[in-house]
Amino acid sequence: MKIKGAEILLRALKEEGVDTIFGYPGGAVIDIFDTLERRFPGDFRFILVRHEQAAVHAADGYARATGRPGVCLVTSGPGGTNTVTGLATAWMDSIPVVVFTGQVPTALIGNDAFQEADIVGITRPCTKHNYLVSRTEDLCRTVKEAFTIASTGRPGPVLVDLPKDVMQSKAVYEYPKTVDLPTYRPTVKPHVPSLRRAAELMLKAERPVIYAGGGVISSGAHQELKTLAEMMGFPVTMTLMGLGCFPGTHPLSLGMLGMHGTYRANMAVNNSDLLVAIGARFDDRVTGRVEEFAARASIIHVDVDPTSIQKNIHVDVPIVADARQALVKLIEILKKKGETPGDRDKLKDWHSQTTAWRSEQRLRFDRTTETIKPQFVVEKLYELTRGEAIISTEVGQNQMWAAQYYLFDRPRTFLSSGGLGTMGYGFPAAIGAQVAFPDKTVIDIAGDGSIQMNIQELATVGQYKLPVKIAILNNGYLGMVRQWQGLFYDRIYSQTDITHAPDFVKLAEAYGAVGLRARTTPEVEPVIRQALETPGPVIMDFVVEREEDVYPMVPAGEPIKNMILV
Amino acid sequence: METRHVISVLVENKPGVLARVAGMFSGRSFNIHSLAVAPTLDTTYSRMTIVTHGSEQIIEQIIKQLRKLINVLKVQDLTSGDYVDRELVLIRMKATAGKRAEVLRITDIFRAKVVDVSHDTITVEVSGTQSKIEAILELLAPMGILELIRTGTIAIPRGKKKPIPAEEAE
Repeated sequence: MKIKGAEILLRALKEEGVDTIFGYPGGAVIDIFDTLERRFPGDFRFILVRHEQAAVHAADGYARATGRPGVCLVTSGPGGTNTVTGLATAWMDSIPVVVFTGQVPTALIGNDAFQEADIVGITRPCTKHNYLVSRTEDLCRTVKEAFTIASTGRPGPVLVDLPKDVMQSKAVYEYPKTVDLPTYRPTVKPHVPSLRRAAELMLKAERPVIYAGGGVISSGAHQELKTLAEMMGFPVTMTLMGLGCFPGTHPLSLGMLGMHGTYRANMAVNNSDLLVAIGARFDDRVTGRVEEFAARASIIHVDVDPTSIQKNIHVDVPIVADARQALVKLIEILKKKGETPGDRDKLKDWHSQTTAWRSEQRLRFDRTTETIKPQFVVEKLYELTRGEAIISTEVGQNQMWAAQYYLFDRPRTFLSSGGLGTMGYGFPAAIGAQVAFPDKTVIDIAGDGSIQMNIQELATVGQYKLPVKIAILNNGYLGMVRQWQGLFYDRIYSQTDITHAPDFVKLAEAYGAVGLRARTTPEVEPVIRQALETPGPVIMDFVVEREEDVYPMVPAGEPIKNMILV
Repeated sequence: METRHVISVLVENKPGVLARVAGMFSGRSFNIHSLAVAPTLDTTYSRMTIVTHGSEQIIEQIIKQLRKLINVLKVQDLTSGDYVDRELVLIRMKATAGKRAEVLRITDIFRAKVVDVSHDTITVEVSGTQSKIEAILELLAPMGILELIRTGTIAIPRGKKKPIPAEEAE
């Protein structure tokens, strides 16, 4: 029996196990929305956002928090173009998201029809792959391929463009169980001889560091990473994307590395004789001047994407594989060699060195001020949520303080736009995570600049009674740019003063949420407590020290040992 | 050191695939010297021959990035082995009756073909390696080239040069 394309699409989504769709209706997708209401009542949680960009960020936040692909449905033209920032964000951070866009009827494509945009052309460089479905008969296979590509290998966003007539025409529903794509065969199994070489280097190392990134989280290798680090006694540093892949409170954790990494992490990498990179890609914010990055170390690099290997830095042992599969095998090889923590005495000096670096230069700020220090807010959030909240961030100083002062012990609890650095990401991402985990505490650590980039989503949290908490570190500046202007541009604060802002407390109230404000340090804790006890969405407006800077800081392009300290 | 590489790419013969490949090159600031593309014997696939320049590290990235594209089946750097490559050029020369003989003499030497003649022009077709094309163009230039159309390089690896057993050879 033949059924309409719109129905085929929704049945296919059900078959993929999709339970939540984030989106926004429009003319080109009206058939899908109609079918959703008539034929699939109660089958999906539909979250109606207030801007399509937020739909993609929310789907992305859902994907980061759960590990399952996030799904969006938006209309043609502006509906599609509004998803571009969300797609680029997910692309840079390797997040599985599937975006369905409406398109004008096939007969009108190319005619500059109303709300027409060549969205496949526009999003080609910021998706892992994309499709224009030109026949209803191709729909099932395309949806299957889209989910397969988005969630396997190095994950990423996939866009599927759906012309209106393809949704209205009928075809037989035959959903394939699997798809065979001869042109898409990601290498996930590690090359064992390379792992043996890696094991040998690891056994010989005297100053080893594990450098773990987002790939550990996406492959679900956090347990294996912990086993490996503990068994070998190797200290672990994480990238921004990797936070939570190794417990932040673990004695072997060095914290984050890179531009705003900890002193001990950067010093350890700088002085290491072996760097074991797992699911990380040697981004410029991590390496600083690449020629001097871990210059005395042999480098082992495990990554599922061959293009990441030998791209920015020469590595000695490249291993193209899924991080989890590689670590399982590596642990097995090391165990066969009879390695136990007791044999690791030769690392004693190295451990005391990393401890010394820690006590030399801890993350710190002035604790005596009446004016609120933003770091103090993050520290209090950590304390009062016992480190168990899901934290999303915006981009800039708020993001770096969240990364430094909230210690993440579990993967998938820190949601932040690392690669693209998208201001406006945090709030919708928090919505996605909250939808997936209604009972967990989800907090967006925001700046007063970023939060205004998707502030309209206060209506969404109101509509669905999502108890997302927003902590605004309000300094009246675009703080990170101001910090750079202060340090490198003679304190000429060109266009970074944003003191003209809404009253965030009143704004929260206008949307039916609760607004709270703290102006002095002693008010911080009561405000956080009250927010956490409030059942619905809350904005906490923390009026913080205006010109507080994030330290340590490695100036862009310098070696990571050249840190500006407090 | 920058070297010339001839990269042969087998892709699915689908709309948008050329844009994906070209977009990857421009988006990552890789250069394309020439590109030729047409369906293979199996018309569900197309063969692209891409000539590019770059350091060893850049060429490695180009090849990996090409392989990463979902519609790409196979990528081969022909430069690493023995291969035959050809370009095709159509050259329109100014050739009034008096000069025609000289043009024809040069085209003969290069085994070029005359494909069109008019009162004052002559159009020849020549194929060969890049250096052969450069050579004929250099000789023809002083006589006045009016127009020149040149394809990108196409290339194929040479067949295996194993000795053939006697009975099969017959």
